[in-house]
Parts: sequence; C-alpha cells; structure tokens
Amino acid sequence: MSVGIVLVSHSAKLAEGLAELAAQMAPDVTILPAGGLSDGSIGTDYDEVVAATQRADSGDGVVLLYDLGSAQMTAELAVESLADPSAAVVADGPLVEGAIAAAVAAQAGQDRKAVAEAAAAAGLPEDLAPAEAPADSAEIELELHNEVGLHARPAAVLVRTLSEFDAEVTVRLGDQEADGHSVLALMSLGARQGDRIRVRARGPQASAALEKAKELVDGNFGE
Amino acid sequence: MACTADGVAAAVRAAAAVVAEHRAELIDLDRAIGDGDHGENLNRGFAAVVAALDSAVPDTPGGVLKLVATTLISKVGGAAGPLYGTAFLRASAKLGPAAELDVPALLDALRAGLEGVQARGKAVAGDATMVDALIPAVAAAEKAAGDGGDVAALLTAAADAADTGAESTVDLVPRKGRASYLGERAVGHLDPGARSSALLLRAFAEAAR
Repeated sequence: MSVGIVLVSHSAKLAEGLAELAAQMAPDVTILPAGGLSDGSIGTDYDEVVAATQRADSGDGVVLLYDLGSAQMTAELAVESLADPSAAVVADGPLVEGAIAAAVAAQAGQDRKAVAEAAAAAGLPEDLAPAEAPADSAEIELELHNEVGLHARPAAVLVRTLSEFDAEVTVRLGDQEADGHSVLALMSLGARQGDRIRVRARGPQASAALEKAKELVDGNFGE
Repeated sequence: MACTADGVAAAVRAAAAVVAEHRAELIDLDRAIGDGDHGENLNRGFAAVVAALDSAVPDTPGGVLKLVATTLISKVGGAAGPLYGTAFLRASAKLGPAAELDVPALLDALRAGLEGVQARGKAVAGDATMVDALIPAVAAAEKAAGDGGDVAALLTAAADAADTGAESTVDLVPRKGRASYLGERAVGHLDPGARSSALLLRAFAEAAR
C-alpha cells in the first residue's frame, strides 16, 4: 500500500495527462485525475474531488495537488468534508513537478506528510552547488548508453532503487551535483546519452547502492 | 422580529431571483478582469438551491443555510463555489438546531460567514475581493445591533455597507484570484465577487422587511 494522489485541475485533459505521466514513475501508486466539470467544460467539480479522494485512499491516506486558486479551495473544502480530514492533505507545490515528486515519494513508501513535502519542495530551486567529497565515501563513474539519458523515467527508476539502500547518494555531471534521491534534481543535471556521470555514496550500504546503480545504468534502466 | 426556516427559505429564493436578474451584469464584470463565468456559475448554483427548496424546506434556519451551502459547493464551481459554500456552511454551523433566527444569532452567522470566506480565500481588506464588501457589512450589522435594530435593520445596514465596500474595489489593485494577474490594469473595475455579495445581502434585507 502507498499514499494515494489526487490531481485537482480546472482541465480534465491536464489532470488526465499528468496522471498518466506521473504513473510512469510510480506504477504502484494510485494517482487519480479530478479535472474539469462533469460536462467536460473547464472548472473544478467538488463532488468529483471528494469521490477521487475517497477512492485514492487505500489506508495510507491521500495527497491532493491543485493547479489554480479555486482548485486549491475546492481541494481544501473536500478534505475538510471527509469523515477523517486528517487522512488527506493538500500539498502546496507546482502541479506538474510536484505531482512527479509526490508520485515517486509515494512509490518509495513514504508517508503522506513526506509525500506532501516532496511536492512542496519541488517548487524550490535545487541546490546544484559543487560539494566536497566526504572522506568515507565511495564513487564510481558510469557512462549512460540509454536513449534518453537521465531523463524522467530513468531518473525515477534510479531514485526508486536507491531509496531501498541505507546510503546517501549523489550524482555528479561535470561540476554539477544532484541529490540521488530527487528525481527533479537528477533531471536538472541534463545528463544525456554518452555522458559520464559520477555516482558517490556514503553510509552502511554505500557499495551495494553503487553496485545497483551500475547495474541499472549498464542495463539501460530496463529500457 | 425573528425568522423561521420558512422565512429564511423565502429570503434565499429572493436572493436566487436577484442573482438571475443580475446574471448578465456579473458576467460582464467578471469578463473585464476574470474568466467571465461568475454570473453564470452563481445563477446555476442558486437555481439548483431553489429546485432543492421546492422539493423540501429543512426544519430550521441552520438547515436551510446548510442546504444552500452544499448545493452551491456542488453546483457553482470556480472560486465562488467554495467561497460562498464555506460562508453558508459556517453560518449554518453557528445557527445549530435553533428553530428561529434572532438578532444575536444573525450576528453570529454573519461573522462566521465572513471568517469562513477569509479562511478559505486567504483574502484581507483591500485585496479587491468579496471580503471588501463583507467586512464593512458585518461591522455595520454589529453597529445596528448595538443601536437596538431588528433582523431587517441589521441586514439593511449590512447591505448598505456592502454596496459602499463593493464600490471601493473599483480603485483597488486586486491581490487575489484571477484578477490579480492583471495587476494595475484591473484598477477601475468593480470586483464581481464583491458585487454579488452586496446583491445577496440586499436581497436578504428586502426579504426581511
């Protein structure tokens, strides 16, 4: 089971397309679109948002994301009206990036607070400053052979895999470094086919994490 | 003078008629600074409220307002649905199961409605929203109550103050909602939400006479 996600948008197409996109990175998470009015026009449908929120909850709660002001109000009102309002939370983050970040966090088994925080953090600028290598870390260099490089799906696969290890992992391309647990940070590196990335890990399972990362890169992320 | 559930239902029907009458005006106001759907949405919501009242009028004033709230939330859409829905819902909760609406209860309900709108929309005075009509309206109702006014006097004072408050949005730069994207270009336009709030209060005041 995992936290469910509801995408509240004025547009049915926007919500559906985003749910489809986010599901690519989180195959086991229930991600439900709640966009537009029942007649297909632009707007937010309170009843549909409530129904989607109830359906998305498999026991671990729900995180709702929204596009514009009145979608936020509708989402908040829907949460207030639930039998247990603490089961759902409205995340204050950018809709697209936030939905991807939330979906990956939910896939990794995080709780609804952490999933909502992942969505909110997606709106913040990533810290890509070069960092000094800690003394006890291990590092490998890997060349990307897959077609899209470290783009959305491969980045999500990497984050999901790394989340299973007790290790802090960073990925470096040139003089830019990204947190190996953030899909958006990894994507913002812009690593493409043929680029050589340096993966560094520290912690009890550092070497196992690096081995797994090498396996993924060598196997073209299963593409 | 106190109002029963039937009195409150009659006031709500009067409000629905006023919304229908001013539908085009609200659309025009919203088209200037928003997406133009305020009049249409509100009219659709209040038409649904009237249909619900036609099939059954709840037993208490609080019950009537709750019916208004849930119907508006489901039918209006846009920002007005959750905002008016929250206002009527909080007002209804304040009234509880009381059989009649008297002056202290009306004041409580008006205050709770305003607080609900502000909690939902996060708007403050001067943002050029319905809050600019509602804040002076509640203050005027409080003053009228202090002067010994009845329900009709309170609502009339509130409606007068809401008219003035709504007019004040013409000179304001919107800081909430879609109009905020226009910034300075929205100056010179009456906020449609403030206008509809003033219209609703006027309809309630006329019905209470």
